[in-house]
Amino acid sequence: MARVLEVRDLRVEFRSRGKRVRAVNGVSFHLDDGETLGLVGESGCGKSVTALSIMRLIPRPPGRIVEGEAEFEGRDLLALSDDEIRRVRGNSIAMVFQDPMTSLNPVLSVGRQIGEALRVHRAMGRLAARKRTIELLEQVGIPSARQRVDDYPHQFSGGMRQRVMIAMALSCEPRVLIADEPTTALDVTIQAQILELLKRLQGELGMAMILITHDLGVMAGVADRVCVMYAGYIVESAAVDEAFKLPRHPYTLGLHRSLPNLVRGPRQRLVPIEGLPPDLANPQPGCPFQPRCQFRLDRCANENPDLEEVTPLHAIACWVDVTGGDRHTGQPRHPGVAVAG
Amino acid sequence: MSAEELLRVSNLKVYFTQTRGVLLRHGTGIVRAVDDVSFSLRRGETLGLVGESGSGKSSLGRAILQLRRPTSGSVLFEGVELTTLSGQRLRRLRRKTQMIFQDPYASLNPRMTVGRILAEPIRLHRLTSGAGVRRRVSELLHLVGLNPDFAHRYPHEFSGGQRQRIGIARALAVNPSLIVCDEPVSALDVSIRAQLINLLEDLQQRLQLTYLFIAHDLSVVRHISDVVAVMYLGKLVEVADSDDVYEDPLHPYTQALLSAVPIPDPDLERRRQRVRLEGDIPTALDPPSGCRFRTRCQYAQQRCSDEEPALVEVRSGHSVACHFWEQIAATRSAAMVKEVS
Repeated sequence: MARVLEVRDLRVEFRSRGKRVRAVNGVSFHLDDGETLGLVGESGCGKSVTALSIMRLIPRPPGRIVEGEAEFEGRDLLALSDDEIRRVRGNSIAMVFQDPMTSLNPVLSVGRQIGEALRVHRAMGRLAARKRTIELLEQVGIPSARQRVDDYPHQFSGGMRQRVMIAMALSCEPRVLIADEPTTALDVTIQAQILELLKRLQGELGMAMILITHDLGVMAGVADRVCVMYAGYIVESAAVDEAFKLPRHPYTLGLHRSLPNLVRGPRQRLVPIEGLPPDLANPQPGCPFQPRCQFRLDRCANENPDLEEVTPLHAIACWVDVTGGDRHTGQPRHPGVAVAG
Repeated sequence: MSAEELLRVSNLKVYFTQTRGVLLRHGTGIVRAVDDVSFSLRRGETLGLVGESGSGKSSLGRAILQLRRPTSGSVLFEGVELTTLSGQRLRRLRRKTQMIFQDPYASLNPRMTVGRILAEPIRLHRLTSGAGVRRRVSELLHLVGLNPDFAHRYPHEFSGGQRQRIGIARALAVNPSLIVCDEPVSALDVSIRAQLINLLEDLQQRLQLTYLFIAHDLSVVRHISDVVAVMYLGKLVEVADSDDVYEDPLHPYTQALLSAVPIPDPDLERRRQRVRLEGDIPTALDPPSGCRFRTRCQYAQQRCSDEEPALVEVRSGHSVACHFWEQIAATRSAAMVKEVS
């Protein structure tokens, strides 16, 4: 599979009340053609900032991309001029946000907003753009699209608004779609509709997708590969099945154990991760998860492990590996034990 | 299990008048937020109330506590009718019924220290005075797992999870027997959410609390509830023991809702057959005739629009409001047999 996007050593910080908040601390990952990469983690872990950085949408000030590269179609997105990145944004890389109400302009009809991308990036005339817009609205499942194209965002329900956002993102048939918590504000039955729509369109258009979510259930249903983020680091990266069945980083395991189960019968007490996430304005030496980690070793307090592969395509940033495997050979001593606990 | 009934809600209705205009204010319609809801709750139990946004679950919770007076119907709490109480006598009973809100930041006064926030209800209800108040505040903070020294701090100095602990401590300050928890963990991250769920469970054990637990997250509700009630457009459509609702849902809406919940297991997600629910929840301003779910129900027939199904106990402790639940159950089990073989 061809590589579409390669992010290397991305660092982003924000200035807040005279302090430097290190939101993203050297994140590297890649995205292949047609695949879905999930970025999962809790609030403040840096998943949205990572996505916004690729799109160069970090407000500056207070934000600043300190270093890193994002290679896309042979160019480094982070080094492009404002004009050049504008030609990429909404064209070959598009984004869908969490809250469609705040990301749509309330005083313009949805048709005009979707058409704007077509007119700017594709140099379409007004009539051609309108025709294509109606097609797009039909494609994302908006009933009687021809009539609704002139409606305003407030005339749509939350789920329908998110469909409008998706139509807008797909208008120029992007190679990469970044979806940042696209269903978090929606009810479960509507969420199921939108996720199905995204999967279907991804197949039809052959796009690669970065899906950002805090919901491990959504991740399990949509992603091919998963990167788990914590405190601005990727702490685990694996194929979706391994990330869920054989998590090797204590934080990933902790997330799984924190979840109440819908499926299995007997009620078990949840095992939360004790304590709170670290203050990113005041980074401590060592592994950022170490104060909350039940597997912590002495060295964890001083040495922050790099993200390294323990088995092919399964990497963790941890000295331990909770499957009991060796960090270098990767053989689990008790396969599966970790999750069942 | 104790069989003592703590709360009995009968034929409860909460209607809102929708108005237009400022000078010439006039009603334009009636929103039937809660329409003829009946259920009971035993001491020490947790009733989980689930439904999508707009189903009326929060309105129901508020009407039970008389925070909004119901339009009609009865709320018996410890044998006392709350809907006709007012003044002193209502206030005295309010001490026994408390609420925990979704957004702990919006529900805590930012200008008051945590100590004052917790002392206020104690003083108002004259539970103790002077040094007794201070002692009680320390005790409450300790009870919810916060350092008693935090009494001098302000809400903004705490994280979301800690603030929710303060919200819980405030509810507990007056020794209530019933707590309405309105989406108490929805705003929290997974790892913190598990801490709070465990805390709520521990407190229930220690203080023999009864919970009405309102949430849209079905996994959380299954975990915490003894009995689950499913609400759709102002009506209860199914009520049963937690395991029965999840293992053997009888109402087509419950079935669709459960099948839409993403499960954090990639294998299961790939194998799942989803019950697809088309469209959005209709408006409570003009609900469909007969069964309110019929517009989205794959089994709907003529009778469903002519005749409203009553909530009937069809098995011991399992009630459902559907004309065709038996036929649907038969179809489903036939389909399942086919899938297995």
